[in-house]
Amino acid sequence: MNVTIVDYNSGNISSVINSFKEVARDKVNIEVTSELKKIKSSDKVVLPGQGSFKSCVDALNNINGLVDTLNEFVISNKKPLLGICVGLQMFADIGYEETETKGLGWISGKVCKIDNQNGKYKLPHIGWNQINILKDSKIFKDIDNNAHMYFVHSYEFVPEDKNLISATTDYSSNIVCSVEKDNIFGTQFHPEKSDKTGLKIIDNFINL
Amino acid sequence: MLKNRIIPCLDVKNGRVVKGINFVDLQDAGDPVEQAKIYSDGGADEICFLDITASNENRDTIYDVVEKTSKKCFVPLTVGGGVRSVDDINKLLNCGADKVSINTAAVQNSEVVVESSKKFGSQCIVVAIDAKKNDDKWEIFTHGGRNNTGIDAIEFASKMESSGAGELLVTSMDRDGTQVGYDIDLMSKISSKVNIPVIASGGVGNLDHLVDGIKLGNASAVLAASIFHYGKHSVKEAKEYLDSKGIPVRI
Repeated sequence: MNVTIVDYNSGNISSVINSFKEVARDKVNIEVTSELKKIKSSDKVVLPGQGSFKSCVDALNNINGLVDTLNEFVISNKKPLLGICVGLQMFADIGYEETETKGLGWISGKVCKIDNQNGKYKLPHIGWNQINILKDSKIFKDIDNNAHMYFVHSYEFVPEDKNLISATTDYSSNIVCSVEKDNIFGTQFHPEKSDKTGLKIIDNFINL
Repeated sequence: MLKNRIIPCLDVKNGRVVKGINFVDLQDAGDPVEQAKIYSDGGADEICFLDITASNENRDTIYDVVEKTSKKCFVPLTVGGGVRSVDDINKLLNCGADKVSINTAAVQNSEVVVESSKKFGSQCIVVAIDAKKNDDKWEIFTHGGRNNTGIDAIEFASKMESSGAGELLVTSMDRDGTQVGYDIDLMSKISSKVNIPVIASGGVGNLDHLVDGIKLGNASAVLAASIFHYGKHSVKEAKEYLDSKGIPVRI
């Protein structure tokens, strides 16, 4: 099996690579590339993302044909994709970080700044927080409700269809931290930095 | 609920772990990769490497240490010391660091913070503030604590927030290595001034100091070296103690 981590100049992805390689060992081949051919032929795709919504969308668009290839992979071929952090946020129709920017539009919704109640809560939301699992997601197999995950973000994805939310986390409000729609999976937290429980989520995705 | 973080810090020199008393009198104490792994297995919420004398020395050894550590530790890894340019930050991130802390370079030229946070995102830019009390204010020191800039630490903290820093690592130079506790006054003043997380550092001698850093200093995270490093306490003990005092921690 081939799992491709999309390398599209979205910032630091070495931790994502290290964690997937740790979990995959010799069983699964992990590719790190932006080559369209390799993405098309892979079984699963990981879409990381760091920095701002706009910078990630711009970076995707800067690689000729990449968005079309991802659309085909996810929408036409219905193959599994995991978005991490801004990788998840880009599923939305639109994001408001820096300036209004169009997302991939795979899941209807918006990416807005976390309401920190006029400075009562610090932003970014950095550190370990517990996840409230709202529905049986395949990537949460053997993950306990209230498990701790590592977060670093100031924006959150709010999907229109609340049934697509698979987990939330409690900060200044209940923040959406995981979504699942058919073959599309996303986590706002960083499984690659969430110790053994995070590696288990990666393992679950690889074994889908 | 967001948990308060405990961050063991490893001072690294020439690829080996050392911990100084007031930044001098160094003692060799182990391999950084193995140490980091022990900490992450023991429940550390993050690991911090500080390449302490890096401002003045050849620092290529740190890249190798970071690369090896990031393949074994799956909690966030922060690396600082001698980081001068956007290029240095890029290199450390590529080796597997999750965050980079900038000290001297941020004081000399805040554009480094502006530029790097735009390029890599605020989430990976930590500004390290080394401050020493002088009458009724705190002044910023650079170059591993050797140069006094005379800059007011509280105003500087605010400036770094607006420049794009994602977190502030605040060290009291008066307390570092003394084991008498954090400078609570400094921590709480900076924490109430900025709206980004503050990591308290410098002076931890016992577990109550960690409690004070969070409860009185309003720090989001507490960093310590000696109490963990020489086996006085484990990270697990520290977490259980904080938990018993009603502080939310990841256990």
